[in-house]
Amino acid sequence: MKSFDGSLPQWAVRYGPPVLVFAGVLAAWEAYVRLWNVPAYILPSPSLVLETLFTDRATLFPALLVTLKTTFAALAASVAGGVGLAILFTQWKWVERSFLPFAIVLQVTPIVAIAPLLLIYLEAPAAVLVCAFLVAFFPILSNTALGLASADRNLVDLFKLYRATHWQTLLHLRLPAALPYFLGGVRIGGGLALIGAIVAELAAGNAGKGAGLAFRISEAGYRLNIPRMFAALALISATGIAIFAALSALSFYLLGRWHDSAVGPER
Amino acid sequence: MAPMTKPLVSIQNAGKIYKNGTVALAGLDLDVREGEVLTLLGPSGCGKSTILRLIAGLDNLSSGTLTRDFELDHASIGYVFQDPTLMPWASVFDNVFLPLRLRGVARSEASPAVNEALALVGLAPSGRAFPRELSGGMRMRASIARALVLRPLVLLMDEPFAALDEITRFKLNDDLLALQGELGTTIVFVTHSVFESVFLSSRIAVMGPRPGRVVAEIAIDAPLARGNFRTSTAYAHYCAQASRALHGAMDADVK
Repeated sequence: MKSFDGSLPQWAVRYGPPVLVFAGVLAAWEAYVRLWNVPAYILPSPSLVLETLFTDRATLFPALLVTLKTTFAALAASVAGGVGLAILFTQWKWVERSFLPFAIVLQVTPIVAIAPLLLIYLEAPAAVLVCAFLVAFFPILSNTALGLASADRNLVDLFKLYRATHWQTLLHLRLPAALPYFLGGVRIGGGLALIGAIVAELAAGNAGKGAGLAFRISEAGYRLNIPRMFAALALISATGIAIFAALSALSFYLLGRWHDSAVGPER
Repeated sequence: MAPMTKPLVSIQNAGKIYKNGTVALAGLDLDVREGEVLTLLGPSGCGKSTILRLIAGLDNLSSGTLTRDFELDHASIGYVFQDPTLMPWASVFDNVFLPLRLRGVARSEASPAVNEALALVGLAPSGRAFPRELSGGMRMRASIARALVLRPLVLLMDEPFAALDEITRFKLNDDLLALQGELGTTIVFVTHSVFESVFLSSRIAVMGPRPGRVVAEIAIDAPLARGNFRTSTAYAHYCAQASRALHGAMDADVK
């Protein structure tokens, strides 16, 4: 794509519009709060939210760290479990027939409904971790299993022709062929792990030093500390965006020269 | 000439019925002789690809016999599909390296053989490129290099140039014959193009559809070094003969 008047650089054409929209919304919000003297407990201004983010950092950032740890631990477990199970699925059909129904049951049952039950049997941090794992696990499993099964049939024949072993076919054909699917699953799973962690934290509602961001939101809500609610929310959003961006970058890096998704529309 | 040599592959009274009930082949007799370029010429759906799969051992006959005058192992057969069928995540070098890698050969050890195969198809400078960075013709060349890297006894080619433009196809036809002259590889080539079959073959097996069987065999009595063959009267004569045989097979099917 060429810029419409030939003078704007590529990055300005690409990132300009969303940045302008975002800045415009923030400016309108700020103006509305100031001109109509809206009290902070109804709607805090963006500048106040930013200020709260700074003044309440001793509360907010340790909580963010707790939530992040849960999210990444859950994501790592989902990747290990999802990929491992997907490989077992493609190697032995009976494993798929035996376990897939249960994976689906766990996927379709809302996590909000499972969380209170888990909290009975597990310590709060462990229960939160399991919840985050349960929601992130399935997209990684199903995407990877789909990818492993989608290897080019002629290539599969070629491997047969060259007398490749089961494991050679897995290593040199099925796993690389599944990589784009897997990365798509991880991108979805990364966002879901964060959502799962937040939902479970809300259900757990535990105070003290082990509390995550979601607990800080509900706590601030009880105290009518609306600016802090917004600040915590902004942190969660930013975290979600950062996770998505990081996983997209990873995907771009790994698929590099070979996959259509990693080549820009300009080509 | 050809009839004197012992057939490399001999298929007799062969039948193939797929699980869904499709009768792909019935009463097929076909010999593949050493050093020849045999084309299977026929309309789509006449079981041409099935014959290649049977020769390669990727599929089994439902009836009849197929005997090979060689041991079927990893190095006896080279296979080129209609699509280049390259691994998009691997460089051209690594794609051609694949058959050796699957035998446990180290990359450094395999390197001379891979480079030689790349040079054979004119891709020596493109080893580091990825398949998506190549043109369709170059991808097909990479696919042929992969099929040749273990120097197979028989090279099976399933409409490899059907998706390419005519100019590229002519060039690849020329180069394939030059390669065959150099290596002496026996080639079984599937096509639905009369002109391609006449230009490439020492022998054409014309096939009729549903169920697939050989309806005519045409020996092309011209040496395989075929510089100006395309413009010769003999070429036109053979094309006419192959066309008639093909139309005969189709008409018989309609009635």
